Amino acid sequence: MSLSVSIRHRLASLDINVNFESTGRLTALFGPSGCGKTTVINVIAGLLRPAEARIALDGDVFVDTASGRWTPPHLRRIGYVFQDARLLPHLTVQQNLRYGRWFTAASARYVDEAAVVELLGLSSLLARRPAHLSGGERQRVAIGRALLQSPRLLLMYEPLASLDDARKHEILPYVERLRDELKIPVVYVSHVLGEVTRLASDIILMSKGHVISAGPVRDVLPTLAAASGELAQEAGSLIDATVRAYDSDDGLTTLASPLGELRLAGAVGTPGKALRIHIRATDVMLATTPPSGLSALNVFQGTVAAIAEGDGASVDVRMAVGAAVVSARITRFSARRLALAQGKTVYAVVKAMSVRPPGA
Amino acid sequence: MDFFSLSPDEWNAVGLSVKVAAVAMVASLPVAIAVALLLARREFWGKSLLNGVVHLPLVLPPVVTGYVLLLTFGRRGLVGSFLADAFGLVFSFRWTGAALACAVMGFPLMVRAIRLSVEAVDTRLEDAASTLGANPLWVFLTVTLPLTLPGIIAGMILSFAKAMGEFGATITFVSNIPGETQTLPTAIYAYTQVPGGDPQALRLTAISVMISLAALMASEVLARRAGQRIAA
Repeated sequence: MSLSVSIRHRLASLDINVNFESTGRLTALFGPSGCGKTTVINVIAGLLRPAEARIALDGDVFVDTASGRWTPPHLRRIGYVFQDARLLPHLTVQQNLRYGRWFTAASARYVDEAAVVELLGLSSLLARRPAHLSGGERQRVAIGRALLQSPRLLLMYEPLASLDDARKHEILPYVERLRDELKIPVVYVSHVLGEVTRLASDIILMSKGHVISAGPVRDVLPTLAAASGELAQEAGSLIDATVRAYDSDDGLTTLASPLGELRLAGAVGTPGKALRIHIRATDVMLATTPPSGLSALNVFQGTVAAIAEGDGASVDVRMAVGAAVVSARITRFSARRLALAQGKTVYAVVKAMSVRPPGA
Repeated sequence: MDFFSLSPDEWNAVGLSVKVAAVAMVASLPVAIAVALLLARREFWGKSLLNGVVHLPLVLPPVVTGYVLLLTFGRRGLVGSFLADAFGLVFSFRWTGAALACAVMGFPLMVRAIRLSVEAVDTRLEDAASTLGANPLWVFLTVTLPLTLPGIIAGMILSFAKAMGEFGATITFVSNIPGETQTLPTAIYAYTQVPGGDPQALRLTAISVMISLAALMASEVLARRAGQRIAA
Protein backbone atom coordinates (compact mmCIF):
# COMPACT_ATOMS: atom_id res chain seq x y z
CA MET A 1 0.00 0.00 0.00
CA SER A 2 1.25 3.44 -0.74
CA LEU A 3 -0.81 6.46 0.16
CA SER A 4 0.17 9.88 -1.02
CA VAL A 5 -1.59 12.89 0.47
CA SER A 6 -1.19 16.55 -0.31
CA ILE A 7 -3.80 19.01 0.93
CA ARG A 8 -4.10 22.77 1.16
CA HIS A 9 -7.32 23.93 2.68
CA ARG A 10 -8.51 26.87 4.71
CA LEU A 11 -10.84 26.38 7.65
CA ALA A 12 -12.33 29.21 9.66
CA SER A 13 -9.70 28.94 12.36
CA LEU A 14 -6.92 27.00 10.68
CA ASP A 15 -4.84 26.91 7.52
CA ILE A 16 -4.14 23.35 6.59
CA ASN A 17 -1.09 22.49 4.55
CA VAL A 18 -0.34 18.80 4.73
CA ASN A 19 1.94 16.60 2.65
CA PHE A 20 2.87 13.05 3.45
CA GLU A 21 3.37 9.62 2.00
CA SER A 22 2.90 6.41 3.86
CA THR A 23 3.52 2.78 3.08
CA GLY A 24 2.77 1.61 6.60
CA ARG A 25 0.44 -1.17 7.60
CA LEU A 26 -1.23 1.06 10.18
CA THR A 27 -0.53 4.73 9.74
CA ALA A 28 -1.55 6.87 12.68
CA LEU A 29 -2.57 10.48 12.10
CA PHE A 30 -1.68 11.84 15.47
CA GLY A 31 -1.96 15.28 17.02
CA PRO A 32 -3.95 17.36 19.46
CA SER A 33 -7.63 18.19 18.88
CA GLY A 34 -8.12 20.88 16.27
CA CYS A 35 -4.86 20.22 14.40
CA GLY A 36 -6.60 19.32 11.12
CA LYS A 37 -6.73 15.52 11.35
CA THR A 38 -10.47 15.51 10.60
CA THR A 39 -9.99 17.52 7.43
CA VAL A 40 -7.24 15.22 6.21
CA ILE A 41 -9.20 12.02 6.74
CA ASN A 42 -12.40 13.43 5.26
CA VAL A 43 -10.52 14.51 2.15
CA ILE A 44 -9.06 11.01 1.82
CA ALA A 45 -12.56 9.53 2.18
CA GLY A 46 -14.05 12.01 -0.29
CA LEU A 47 -16.49 13.61 2.17
CA LEU A 48 -14.78 17.00 1.89
CA ARG A 49 -13.67 18.85 -1.22
CA PRO A 50 -10.62 20.90 -0.37
CA ALA A 51 -9.31 23.99 -2.12
CA GLU A 52 -6.23 22.19 -3.36
CA ALA A 53 -5.34 18.55 -3.02
CA ARG A 54 -3.84 15.50 -4.58
CA ILE A 55 -4.70 12.12 -3.11
CA ALA A 56 -3.39 8.89 -4.59
CA LEU A 57 -3.63 5.32 -3.39
CA ASP A 58 -1.36 2.74 -5.03
CA GLY A 59 -1.04 4.96 -8.09
CA ASP A 60 -4.79 5.61 -8.45
CA VAL A 61 -5.41 9.34 -8.24
CA PHE A 62 -8.69 10.07 -6.45
CA VAL A 63 -8.29 13.81 -6.20
CA ASP A 64 -6.15 16.16 -8.20
CA THR A 65 -7.43 19.71 -8.13
CA ALA A 66 -4.73 20.72 -10.60
CA SER A 67 -6.31 18.58 -13.32
CA GLY A 68 -9.87 18.82 -11.98
CA ARG A 69 -9.98 15.16 -11.03
CA TRP A 70 -12.46 14.09 -8.36
CA THR A 71 -13.61 10.57 -7.58
CA PRO A 72 -16.80 10.61 -5.49
CA PRO A 73 -16.65 8.66 -2.22
CA HIS A 74 -18.82 5.77 -3.38
CA LEU A 75 -16.32 4.90 -6.11
CA ARG A 76 -13.22 4.95 -3.90
CA ARG A 77 -13.75 1.75 -1.92
CA ILE A 78 -12.20 3.33 1.13
CA GLY A 79 -13.74 1.99 4.34
CA TYR A 80 -14.47 4.54 7.05
CA VAL A 81 -15.07 3.70 10.70
CA PHE A 82 -16.52 6.79 12.33
CA GLN A 83 -16.12 7.80 15.94
CA ASP A 84 -19.88 7.53 16.41
CA ALA A 85 -20.28 4.27 14.43
CA ARG A 86 -23.08 5.65 12.24
CA LEU A 87 -24.90 2.37 11.83
CA LEU A 88 -28.07 2.63 9.79
CA PRO A 89 -30.79 2.56 12.46
CA HIS A 90 -33.50 1.01 10.28
CA LEU A 91 -31.39 -2.03 9.42
CA THR A 92 -30.38 -5.01 11.53
CA VAL A 93 -26.75 -5.70 12.39
CA GLN A 94 -26.56 -8.25 9.59
CA GLN A 95 -28.11 -5.87 7.05
CA ASN A 96 -25.67 -3.19 8.17
CA LEU A 97 -22.77 -5.59 7.75
CA ARG A 98 -23.89 -6.52 4.24
CA TYR A 99 -24.66 -2.96 3.16
CA GLY A 100 -21.23 -2.07 1.82
CA ARG A 101 -20.60 -5.60 0.58
CA TRP A 102 -23.65 -5.29 -1.67
CA PHE A 103 -22.10 -2.33 -3.50
CA THR A 104 -18.78 -4.09 -4.02
CA ALA A 105 -18.38 -5.99 -7.27
CA ALA A 106 -18.14 -9.73 -6.63
CA SER A 107 -14.71 -9.82 -8.28
CA ALA A 108 -13.40 -7.18 -5.86
CA ARG A 109 -14.56 -8.93 -2.68
CA TYR A 110 -11.74 -10.44 -0.72
CA VAL A 111 -13.11 -10.30 2.81
CA ASP A 112 -15.16 -13.26 3.96
CA GLU A 113 -18.32 -12.54 5.92
CA ALA A 114 -18.04 -15.52 8.24
CA ALA A 115 -14.43 -14.63 9.02
CA VAL A 116 -15.33 -11.05 9.95
CA VAL A 117 -18.27 -12.14 12.10
CA GLU A 118 -15.90 -14.50 13.88
CA LEU A 119 -13.04 -12.01 14.15
CA LEU A 120 -15.22 -9.32 15.69
CA GLY A 121 -17.39 -11.65 17.76
CA LEU A 122 -20.65 -10.54 16.12
CA SER A 123 -22.51 -13.83 15.70
CA SER A 124 -24.85 -13.25 18.64
CA LEU A 125 -25.72 -9.72 17.49
CA LEU A 126 -26.75 -10.32 13.88
CA ALA A 127 -30.52 -10.11 14.35
CA ARG A 128 -30.45 -7.03 16.56
CA ARG A 129 -30.96 -3.41 15.61
CA PRO A 130 -28.33 -0.77 16.42
CA ALA A 131 -30.56 0.78 19.09
CA HIS A 132 -30.17 -2.39 21.13
CA LEU A 133 -26.36 -2.51 21.04
CA SER A 134 -23.84 -1.19 23.55
CA GLY A 135 -21.29 1.40 22.44
CA GLY A 136 -18.56 -1.21 22.09
CA GLU A 137 -20.80 -3.55 20.11
CA ARG A 138 -21.83 -0.74 17.78
CA GLN A 139 -18.21 0.09 17.10
CA ARG A 140 -17.40 -3.55 16.35
CA VAL A 141 -20.30 -3.71 13.89
CA ALA A 142 -19.08 -0.49 12.26
CA ILE A 143 -15.61 -1.99 11.85
CA GLY A 144 -17.13 -5.18 10.40
CA ARG A 145 -19.32 -3.21 8.00
CA ALA A 146 -16.32 -1.29 6.69
CA LEU A 147 -14.27 -4.48 6.36
CA LEU A 148 -16.99 -6.33 4.45
CA GLN A 149 -16.95 -3.81 1.62
CA SER A 150 -13.47 -5.22 0.98
CA PRO A 151 -11.84 -1.79 1.21
CA ARG A 152 -8.53 -0.92 -0.39
CA LEU A 153 -7.83 1.24 2.64
CA LEU A 154 -9.54 1.46 6.01
CA LEU A 155 -9.90 4.82 7.74
CA MET A 156 -10.56 4.76 11.47
CA TYR A 157 -11.48 8.05 13.09
CA GLU A 158 -10.99 7.96 16.86
CA PRO A 159 -12.96 4.72 16.98
CA LEU A 160 -12.41 4.42 20.73
CA ALA A 161 -13.02 8.02 21.76
CA SER A 162 -16.69 7.58 22.61
CA LEU A 163 -16.08 4.45 24.69
CA ASP A 164 -15.17 3.96 28.33
CA ASP A 165 -11.93 2.24 29.30
CA ALA A 166 -13.40 -1.24 29.55
CA ARG A 167 -14.90 -0.96 26.05
CA LYS A 168 -11.60 0.39 24.69
CA HIS A 169 -9.84 -2.71 25.86
CA GLU A 170 -12.59 -4.73 24.22
CA ILE A 171 -11.94 -3.10 20.81
CA LEU A 172 -8.15 -2.67 20.74
CA PRO A 173 -7.34 -6.38 20.24
CA TYR A 174 -9.74 -6.49 17.28
CA VAL A 175 -7.94 -3.61 15.61
CA GLU A 176 -4.64 -5.43 16.12
CA ARG A 177 -6.10 -8.57 14.60
CA LEU A 178 -7.44 -6.86 11.49
CA ARG A 179 -4.07 -5.17 11.05
CA ASP A 180 -2.15 -8.43 11.41
CA GLU A 181 -4.56 -11.06 10.06
CA LEU A 182 -6.54 -9.34 7.32
CA LYS A 183 -3.59 -7.16 6.25
CA ILE A 184 -5.83 -4.27 5.24
CA PRO A 185 -3.88 -1.00 5.30
CA VAL A 186 -5.28 1.30 7.95
CA VAL A 187 -5.13 5.03 8.55
CA TYR A 188 -5.95 5.58 12.20
CA VAL A 189 -6.76 9.02 13.56
CA SER A 190 -6.24 9.60 17.24
CA HIS A 191 -5.15 12.13 19.78
CA VAL A 192 -4.39 9.44 22.35
CA LEU A 193 -0.73 8.45 22.32
CA GLY A 194 -1.36 5.13 24.04
CA GLU A 195 -3.53 3.86 21.19
CA VAL A 196 -1.09 5.10 18.58
CA THR A 197 2.03 3.57 20.11
CA ARG A 198 0.24 0.30 20.64
CA LEU A 199 -1.22 0.02 17.15
CA ALA A 200 0.76 2.04 14.67
CA SER A 201 3.55 1.01 12.36
CA ASP A 202 3.91 4.59 11.13
CA ILE A 203 3.00 7.97 12.54
CA ILE A 204 2.09 11.22 10.84
CA LEU A 205 2.52 13.76 13.61
CA MET A 206 0.39 16.86 13.09
CA SER A 207 0.12 20.20 14.80
CA LYS A 208 -1.79 23.33 13.81
CA GLY A 209 -2.55 22.17 10.30
CA HIS A 210 0.95 20.98 9.46
CA VAL A 211 2.86 17.73 9.48
CA ILE A 212 5.68 17.97 12.02
CA SER A 213 7.18 14.63 11.35
CA ALA A 214 6.30 11.40 9.60
CA GLY A 215 7.75 7.92 9.44
CA PRO A 216 7.98 4.64 11.32
CA VAL A 217 6.74 4.94 14.88
CA ARG A 218 10.19 4.36 16.42
CA ASP A 219 11.67 7.28 14.48
CA VAL A 220 8.81 9.68 15.11
CA LEU A 221 8.21 9.11 18.79
CA PRO A 222 11.45 10.77 19.98
CA THR A 223 10.60 13.82 17.86
CA LEU A 224 7.45 14.47 19.86
CA ALA A 225 9.70 16.93 21.67
CA ALA A 226 9.20 19.24 18.70
CA ALA A 227 5.48 19.20 19.27
CA SER A 228 3.95 21.61 21.68
CA GLY A 229 2.50 21.22 25.14
CA GLU A 230 1.44 17.90 26.51
CA LEU A 231 2.65 15.98 23.46
CA ALA A 232 6.22 16.99 24.23
CA GLN A 233 5.84 15.33 27.60
CA GLU A 234 5.06 12.06 25.84
CA ALA A 235 8.29 11.92 23.83
CA GLY A 236 10.19 8.74 24.54
CA SER A 237 11.13 5.28 23.35
CA LEU A 238 9.16 2.25 22.25
CA ILE A 239 10.50 -1.14 23.27
CA ASP A 240 9.12 -4.46 22.02
CA ALA A 241 9.05 -6.86 24.93
CA THR A 242 7.70 -10.26 25.94
CA VAL A 243 6.18 -11.13 29.30
CA ARG A 244 8.42 -13.57 31.13
CA ALA A 245 6.87 -13.88 34.56
CA TYR A 246 4.56 -12.22 37.04
CA ASP A 247 5.32 -12.17 40.73
CA SER A 248 2.01 -11.90 42.49
CA ASP A 249 3.61 -11.35 45.91
CA ASP A 250 5.29 -8.12 44.84
CA GLY A 251 2.86 -7.33 42.01
CA LEU A 252 5.74 -7.04 39.54
CA THR A 253 5.93 -8.27 35.94
CA THR A 254 9.28 -9.19 34.44
CA LEU A 255 9.70 -8.69 30.70
CA ALA A 256 12.35 -9.83 28.27
CA SER A 257 13.37 -6.94 26.00
CA PRO A 258 16.25 -5.80 23.78
CA LEU A 259 17.35 -3.69 26.74
CA GLY A 260 17.61 -6.77 28.91
CA GLU A 261 15.30 -7.69 31.72
CA LEU A 262 12.68 -5.05 32.36
CA ARG A 263 10.41 -4.89 35.37
CA LEU A 264 7.17 -3.02 35.67
CA ALA A 265 4.37 -2.68 38.20
CA GLY A 266 1.18 -4.64 37.79
CA ALA A 267 0.05 -7.63 35.74
CA VAL A 268 0.09 -6.94 32.01
CA GLY A 269 -0.37 -10.38 30.54
CA THR A 270 0.42 -14.05 30.63
CA PRO A 271 3.99 -15.28 30.00
CA GLY A 272 4.85 -15.22 26.30
CA LYS A 273 2.57 -12.27 25.49
CA ALA A 274 4.24 -9.71 23.24
CA LEU A 275 3.71 -6.04 23.99
CA ARG A 276 5.16 -2.64 23.36
CA ILE A 277 6.53 -0.62 26.20
CA HIS A 278 6.61 3.15 26.12
CA ILE A 279 9.32 4.80 28.23
CA ARG A 280 8.95 8.56 28.43
CA ALA A 281 12.18 10.46 27.98
CA THR A 282 11.41 12.55 31.05
CA ASP A 283 11.21 9.36 33.13
CA VAL A 284 14.78 8.28 32.35
CA MET A 285 17.73 9.21 34.60
CA LEU A 286 21.32 8.96 33.40
CA ALA A 287 24.43 8.06 35.41
CA THR A 288 28.06 7.75 34.32
CA THR A 289 28.95 5.13 36.95
CA PRO A 290 26.95 2.00 37.85
CA PRO A 291 24.44 3.36 40.32
CA SER A 292 23.83 1.58 43.64
CA GLY A 293 21.52 2.04 46.56
CA LEU A 294 18.63 3.02 44.29
CA SER A 295 14.96 2.21 44.55
CA ALA A 296 14.67 2.08 40.75
CA LEU A 297 14.57 -1.49 39.45
CA ASN A 298 15.65 -1.02 35.84
CA VAL A 299 19.25 -0.05 35.07
CA PHE A 300 20.66 -0.48 31.58
CA GLN A 301 24.21 0.06 30.40
CA GLY A 302 24.75 1.65 27.01
CA THR A 303 26.55 4.35 25.08
CA VAL A 304 25.49 7.83 24.10
CA ALA A 305 24.46 7.78 20.43
CA ALA A 306 23.44 11.42 20.01
CA ILE A 307 22.68 14.55 21.98
CA ALA A 308 20.09 16.97 20.64
CA GLU A 309 19.31 20.42 21.99
CA GLY A 310 15.83 20.60 23.49
CA ASP A 311 13.96 23.78 24.24
CA GLY A 312 14.71 25.76 27.38
CA ALA A 313 16.93 24.01 29.87
CA SER A 314 16.69 20.51 28.41
CA VAL A 315 18.68 18.31 26.07
CA ASP A 316 17.57 15.00 24.56
CA VAL A 317 20.09 12.20 24.85
CA ARG A 318 19.70 9.16 22.65
CA MET A 319 21.42 6.18 24.10
CA ALA A 320 22.15 2.85 22.40
CA VAL A 321 21.58 -0.24 24.52
CA GLY A 322 22.50 -3.17 22.33
CA ALA A 323 20.27 -2.82 19.28
CA ALA A 324 17.68 -0.72 21.08
CA VAL A 325 17.59 3.02 21.63
CA VAL A 326 16.46 4.79 24.77
CA SER A 327 15.76 8.52 24.86
CA ALA A 328 16.41 10.53 27.97
CA ARG A 329 15.51 14.14 28.56
CA ILE A 330 17.80 15.76 31.09
CA THR A 331 18.88 19.31 31.85
CA ARG A 332 21.65 20.90 29.86
CA PHE A 333 23.35 21.56 33.18
CA SER A 334 23.42 17.82 34.04
CA ALA A 335 24.68 16.89 30.60
CA ARG A 336 27.56 19.33 31.02
CA ARG A 337 28.33 18.23 34.58
CA LEU A 338 28.44 14.55 33.53
CA ALA A 339 30.51 15.53 30.47
CA LEU A 340 28.19 13.51 28.23
CA ALA A 341 29.49 13.05 24.72
CA GLN A 342 28.87 10.69 21.86
CA GLY A 343 30.29 7.22 22.56
CA LYS A 344 30.51 7.68 26.30
CA THR A 345 29.32 4.77 28.45
CA VAL A 346 26.25 5.68 30.54
CA TYR A 347 23.68 3.92 32.68
CA ALA A 348 19.98 4.59 32.18
CA VAL A 349 17.78 4.33 35.25
CA VAL A 350 14.04 3.72 34.85
CA LYS A 351 11.64 3.23 37.74
CA ALA A 352 9.39 0.18 37.45
CA MET A 353 6.54 2.54 38.29
CA SER A 354 7.29 4.63 35.18
CA VAL A 355 7.18 1.78 32.70
CA ARG A 356 3.79 1.23 31.18
CA PRO A 357 2.34 -0.63 28.25
CA PRO A 358 0.70 1.75 25.77
CA GLY A 359 -3.05 1.81 25.59
CA ALA A 360 -3.24 1.12 29.31
CA MET B 1 -86.09 2.28 6.29
CA ASP B 2 -82.93 1.25 8.04
CA PHE B 3 -80.84 4.24 9.06
CA PHE B 4 -77.65 2.71 7.71
CA SER B 5 -78.87 1.48 4.34
CA LEU B 6 -77.66 4.00 1.80
CA SER B 7 -79.30 5.00 -1.44
CA PRO B 8 -77.30 4.52 -4.67
CA ASP B 9 -76.60 8.26 -4.78
CA GLU B 10 -75.23 8.20 -1.26
CA TRP B 11 -73.05 5.19 -2.05
CA ASN B 12 -71.78 7.07 -5.06
CA ALA B 13 -70.76 10.00 -2.94
CA VAL B 14 -68.92 7.78 -0.43
CA GLY B 15 -67.13 5.78 -3.12
CA LEU B 16 -66.24 8.88 -5.07
CA SER B 17 -64.88 10.62 -2.00
CA VAL B 18 -62.59 7.72 -1.16
CA LYS B 19 -61.46 7.42 -4.78
CA VAL B 20 -60.80 11.15 -5.13
CA ALA B 21 -58.93 11.33 -1.83
CA ALA B 22 -56.81 8.25 -2.61
CA VAL B 23 -55.90 9.45 -6.09
CA ALA B 24 -55.11 12.94 -4.82
CA MET B 25 -52.87 11.48 -2.11
CA VAL B 26 -50.97 9.06 -4.35
CA ALA B 27 -50.57 11.44 -7.27
CA SER B 28 -49.21 14.30 -5.18
CA LEU B 29 -46.83 12.11 -3.15
CA PRO B 30 -43.83 12.02 -5.54
CA VAL B 31 -44.09 15.76 -6.18
CA ALA B 32 -44.42 16.46 -2.45
CA ILE B 33 -41.32 14.36 -1.68
CA ALA B 34 -39.33 16.16 -4.37
CA VAL B 35 -40.43 19.61 -3.17
CA ALA B 36 -39.81 18.68 0.48
CA LEU B 37 -36.27 17.51 -0.37
CA LEU B 38 -35.64 20.68 -2.33
CA LEU B 39 -36.83 22.90 0.52
CA ALA B 40 -35.06 20.90 3.23
CA ARG B 41 -31.71 20.31 1.55
CA ARG B 42 -30.99 22.82 -1.18
CA GLU B 43 -30.27 26.50 -1.21
CA PHE B 44 -31.35 28.18 -4.43
CA TRP B 45 -32.60 31.46 -5.79
CA GLY B 46 -36.35 31.78 -5.29
CA LYS B 47 -36.54 29.27 -2.47
CA SER B 48 -38.76 31.44 -0.31
CA LEU B 49 -40.98 32.12 -3.33
CA LEU B 50 -41.41 28.37 -3.90
CA ASN B 51 -42.10 27.91 -0.22
CA GLY B 52 -44.74 30.63 -0.39
CA VAL B 53 -46.44 29.20 -3.46
CA VAL B 54 -46.56 25.73 -1.88
CA HIS B 55 -48.24 27.15 1.21
CA LEU B 56 -50.69 29.43 -0.62
CA PRO B 57 -53.62 26.97 -0.61
CA LEU B 58 -53.34 26.87 3.17
CA VAL B 59 -54.01 30.59 3.57
CA LEU B 60 -56.09 31.50 0.50
CA PRO B 61 -59.87 31.17 0.69
CA PRO B 62 -60.59 27.75 -0.90
CA VAL B 63 -62.93 29.40 -3.34
CA VAL B 64 -60.01 31.44 -4.67
CA THR B 65 -57.89 28.30 -5.14
CA GLY B 66 -60.82 26.65 -6.91
CA TYR B 67 -61.31 29.61 -9.19
CA VAL B 68 -57.60 29.76 -10.07
CA LEU B 69 -57.76 26.05 -10.89
CA LEU B 70 -60.77 26.68 -13.08
CA LEU B 71 -58.91 29.45 -14.92
CA THR B 72 -55.76 27.40 -15.51
CA PHE B 73 -57.01 23.81 -15.71
CA GLY B 74 -60.46 24.52 -17.15
CA ARG B 75 -61.30 23.67 -20.76
CA ARG B 76 -60.18 27.08 -21.90
CA GLY B 77 -57.40 27.42 -19.39
CA LEU B 78 -53.82 27.43 -20.60
CA VAL B 79 -52.79 24.17 -18.95
CA GLY B 80 -56.22 22.59 -19.16
CA SER B 81 -56.59 23.01 -22.93
CA PHE B 82 -53.07 21.70 -23.51
CA LEU B 83 -53.64 18.60 -21.38
CA ALA B 84 -56.99 17.93 -23.02
CA ASP B 85 -55.55 18.21 -26.53
CA ALA B 86 -52.30 16.38 -25.89
CA PHE B 87 -53.35 13.60 -23.50
CA GLY B 88 -57.13 13.73 -23.49
CA LEU B 89 -56.93 14.51 -19.79
CA VAL B 90 -59.89 16.68 -18.83
CA PHE B 91 -60.28 18.15 -15.35
CA SER B 92 -63.21 20.50 -15.46
CA PHE B 93 -66.46 19.02 -14.13
CA ARG B 94 -64.90 15.55 -13.86
CA TRP B 95 -63.86 13.53 -10.82
CA THR B 96 -60.24 14.02 -11.94
CA GLY B 97 -60.75 17.73 -11.34
CA ALA B 98 -62.02 16.99 -7.84
CA ALA B 99 -58.87 14.94 -7.25
CA LEU B 100 -56.70 17.79 -8.55
CA ALA B 101 -58.43 20.29 -6.27
CA CYS B 102 -57.97 17.97 -3.28
CA ALA B 103 -54.32 17.33 -4.17
CA VAL B 104 -53.59 21.05 -4.34
CA MET B 105 -55.37 21.76 -1.07
CA GLY B 106 -53.59 18.90 0.73
CA PHE B 107 -50.19 19.60 -0.83
CA PRO B 108 -48.86 22.09 1.75
CA LEU B 109 -49.76 19.73 4.60
CA MET B 110 -47.99 16.84 2.91
CA VAL B 111 -44.88 18.88 2.07
CA ARG B 112 -44.63 20.24 5.62
CA ALA B 113 -44.79 16.80 7.22
CA ILE B 114 -42.22 15.30 4.85
CA ARG B 115 -39.92 18.31 5.02
CA LEU B 116 -39.75 18.16 8.82
CA SER B 117 -38.92 14.48 8.58
CA VAL B 118 -36.19 15.05 5.97
CA GLU B 119 -34.64 17.76 8.11
CA ALA B 120 -34.49 15.32 11.03
CA VAL B 121 -32.47 12.79 9.00
CA ASP B 122 -28.84 12.74 10.10
CA THR B 123 -26.83 13.56 6.96
CA ARG B 124 -23.83 11.88 8.53
CA LEU B 125 -25.60 8.57 8.00
CA GLU B 126 -25.81 9.43 4.31
CA ASP B 127 -22.07 10.19 4.32
CA ALA B 128 -21.45 6.81 5.89
CA ALA B 129 -23.54 5.11 3.21
CA SER B 130 -21.60 6.87 0.46
CA THR B 131 -18.27 5.67 1.87
CA LEU B 132 -19.77 2.18 1.79
CA GLY B 133 -20.22 2.47 -1.97
CA ALA B 134 -23.77 3.75 -2.36
CA ASN B 135 -24.22 6.34 -5.10
CA PRO B 136 -26.52 9.31 -4.42
CA LEU B 137 -29.61 7.53 -5.76
CA TRP B 138 -28.98 4.47 -3.60
CA VAL B 139 -28.27 6.66 -0.59
CA PHE B 140 -31.66 8.28 -1.13
CA LEU B 141 -33.48 4.97 -1.58
CA THR B 142 -31.80 3.02 1.22
CA VAL B 143 -31.12 5.71 3.84
CA THR B 144 -33.01 8.98 3.33
CA LEU B 145 -36.32 7.51 2.22
CA PRO B 146 -36.67 4.85 4.95
CA LEU B 147 -35.67 7.35 7.63
CA THR B 148 -38.26 9.82 6.28
CA LEU B 149 -41.01 7.20 6.27
CA PRO B 150 -42.84 8.38 9.43
CA GLY B 151 -43.11 11.86 7.93
CA ILE B 152 -44.22 10.49 4.59
CA ILE B 153 -46.95 8.43 6.25
CA ALA B 154 -48.08 11.39 8.31
CA GLY B 155 -48.13 13.58 5.19
CA MET B 156 -50.14 11.04 3.21
CA ILE B 157 -52.76 10.73 5.95
CA LEU B 158 -53.02 14.49 6.35
CA SER B 159 -53.49 14.85 2.61
CA PHE B 160 -56.12 12.09 2.59
CA ALA B 161 -58.00 13.61 5.51
CA LYS B 162 -57.87 17.04 3.93
CA ALA B 163 -59.21 15.58 0.66
CA MET B 164 -62.08 13.86 2.48
CA GLY B 165 -63.14 17.23 3.87
CA GLU B 166 -62.34 19.47 0.90
CA PHE B 167 -65.33 21.55 -0.11
CA GLY B 168 -64.69 25.07 -1.34
CA ALA B 169 -62.12 24.52 -4.06
CA THR B 170 -63.86 21.37 -5.28
CA ILE B 171 -67.30 22.89 -5.65
CA THR B 172 -65.85 26.00 -7.33
CA PHE B 173 -63.71 24.05 -9.79
CA VAL B 174 -65.85 21.04 -10.68
CA SER B 175 -69.28 21.89 -9.25
CA ASN B 176 -71.51 19.32 -7.53
CA ILE B 177 -72.58 16.70 -10.06
CA PRO B 178 -73.96 13.49 -8.49
CA GLY B 179 -71.99 10.46 -9.66
CA GLU B 180 -69.20 12.57 -11.17
CA THR B 181 -67.99 15.26 -8.79
CA GLN B 182 -70.28 14.99 -5.79
CA THR B 183 -68.08 14.00 -2.86
CA LEU B 184 -69.20 13.52 0.74
CA PRO B 185 -68.99 17.17 1.82
CA THR B 186 -70.69 18.50 -1.29
CA ALA B 187 -73.37 15.79 -1.02
CA ILE B 188 -74.00 16.69 2.63
CA TYR B 189 -74.25 20.30 1.63
CA ALA B 190 -76.72 19.45 -1.13
CA TYR B 191 -78.91 17.40 1.24
CA THR B 192 -79.02 20.20 3.79
CA GLN B 193 -80.33 22.50 1.06
CA VAL B 194 -83.38 20.39 0.20
CA PRO B 195 -86.45 19.88 2.45
CA GLY B 196 -86.41 16.47 4.17
CA GLY B 197 -82.74 15.89 3.42
CA ASP B 198 -81.66 15.80 7.04
CA PRO B 199 -81.58 11.97 7.49
CA GLN B 200 -79.33 11.60 4.45
CA ALA B 201 -77.10 14.46 5.57
CA LEU B 202 -76.82 12.86 9.02
CA ARG B 203 -75.95 9.42 7.60
CA LEU B 204 -73.25 10.83 5.39
CA THR B 205 -71.92 12.88 8.27
CA ALA B 206 -71.60 9.74 10.38
CA ILE B 207 -69.78 7.97 7.55
CA SER B 208 -67.50 10.94 7.07
CA VAL B 209 -66.56 10.88 10.74
CA MET B 210 -65.88 7.14 10.65
CA ILE B 211 -63.66 7.25 7.58
CA SER B 212 -61.62 10.17 8.90
CA LEU B 213 -61.22 8.56 12.31
CA ALA B 214 -60.15 5.26 10.76
CA ALA B 215 -57.58 7.06 8.61
CA LEU B 216 -56.13 8.91 11.59
CA MET B 217 -55.91 5.74 13.67
CA ALA B 218 -54.28 3.83 10.83
CA SER B 219 -51.71 6.60 10.43
CA GLU B 220 -50.98 6.48 14.14
CA VAL B 221 -50.30 2.74 13.99
CA LEU B 222 -48.21 2.97 10.81
CA ALA B 223 -46.18 5.93 12.04
CA ARG B 224 -45.48 4.22 15.36
CA ARG B 225 -44.35 1.07 13.61
CA ALA B 226 -42.08 3.03 11.27
CA GLY B 227 -40.80 5.10 14.17
CA GLN B 228 -39.89 1.99 16.17
CA ARG B 229 -37.87 0.65 13.29
CA ILE B 230 -35.69 3.73 13.04
CA ALA B 231 -35.55 4.73 16.71
CA ALA B 232 -31.92 5.39 17.52
